[in-house]
Amino acid sequence: MLAVAAERVWKYFGDYPALRGADLEVTSGSCLALLGRNGAGKTTLLRILANLSRPTKGEVKINGRIGYLGHGIGVYDDLSAYENLTLFGQLQGVDDPAKAAIAALERVGLARVKDGMAREFSRGMRQRLAVARAFLHNPEVLLLDEPFTSLDDKAIAVLQSLLQSALHNGATIIMSTHQIREAMELATNVALLERGQIVHKGPQTPEMLADPGWLYRTYGERQQ
Amino acid sequence: MKHGLLTAWAIAQKDLRTELRTKESINAAASFSLVILVLFSFAFDLGREELYAISGGLLWLVYSFAGALIVNRGFAREIPNDCLDVLISSPAPGWAIFLGKAVAAFCLLIIVEMISLPVFGLFYNIRWTESFGSLAIVILLATWGITVVGTAFSAVTVNVRLRELMLPVLLYPILIPLLIGAMGTTTALLGGESMTGDNLSSLRLLIGFDLIYTSLALYLIDFVLVF
Repeated sequence: MLAVAAERVWKYFGDYPALRGADLEVTSGSCLALLGRNGAGKTTLLRILANLSRPTKGEVKINGRIGYLGHGIGVYDDLSAYENLTLFGQLQGVDDPAKAAIAALERVGLARVKDGMAREFSRGMRQRLAVARAFLHNPEVLLLDEPFTSLDDKAIAVLQSLLQSALHNGATIIMSTHQIREAMELATNVALLERGQIVHKGPQTPEMLADPGWLYRTYGERQQ
Repeated sequence: MKHGLLTAWAIAQKDLRTELRTKESINAAASFSLVILVLFSFAFDLGREELYAISGGLLWLVYSFAGALIVNRGFAREIPNDCLDVLISSPAPGWAIFLGKAVAAFCLLIIVEMISLPVFGLFYNIRWTESFGSLAIVILLATWGITVVGTAFSAVTVNVRLRELMLPVLLYPILIPLLIGAMGTTTALLGGESMTGDNLSSLRLLIGFDLIYTSLALYLIDFVLVF
């Protein structure tokens, strides 16, 4: 069953086509690493999948609740960790937002500071709060834009553990990343985006694990 | 629908809570209102009848400027940490996000108005308490009109670099009919008239304005937030 389907998606910013007919299909329960150089269109595609942007042409279908982790941490500095998560629980329509917030804070190791304002947290704690926010409602489709960038070691460990657990429970993950080694620990599939087009998609192979540049050399440069 | 209304309430509570903690816009709007009212009271040496004649105009100019300061923060509050992305990507409908923000802005502007109204009465020696019932209806209707249009333009200008400048430029031309109605009715009520005749027509104008712009904003907000 398809969890995510993007069909001939185009996105123009003015006259510039950031996406040029990108096609993507992701089956339920898989983890797709969306790779590509800077400006290839990864963030634009993820934002369209997350309903943050409309495609100029093409169609997108998502089956399931979305959890989105973008470049910003997406939490309010002037609310406590608990207030932040309770609010997001309410937005997501969680049955018992207060209980879900406490459980999420425990998962990321922030339960002891639940009443502390987000602005008073260290960078690593804020990142873990962002991770807790994205996983709060047990999303069926996780859209992660550069999730490992600028995370500290503890936050990376927390995120990988949560992602593995989500995959185990049947969630679908799409993550754009430059950090191929971290991504390959989880990815079952790989898609390479070049100048707004998907130029390769397929299962992860041992070559990709052994040599992060192999995919770009094999599929990316051939298109130029 | 129920989830949308609960979401709107949660967003309104969040905005009020963060504003009451930081006091970013309410302090600015309240101080601005009081300073303008005090300055005008010194600037013009008006007789009693002239004072009553300008009372509605003065009050609503102050309220609309204070309103612009408050609604400006409406969607701008979501910019740090990309919180707007989280709101939009949630299942919360766009109209609920908008409604929550408009309700919060409405409450904040009402607080500012209730602080500045007694000061207005004191400095201009105008008895507003006698007609407070009718005046309250005008204040509630016109304040909702200001906040609903202002919050909509706050969403339009949220990603504009000069949004503090752009918002008033867009907002005030749209508010002209509302302000004309509110100013006229307020002047009449403060002058001791009852809510009949032309005043009732002005009240209908305020109700019509609110209904039209609230419906338009709720319908169009998705196209503004996601593009």
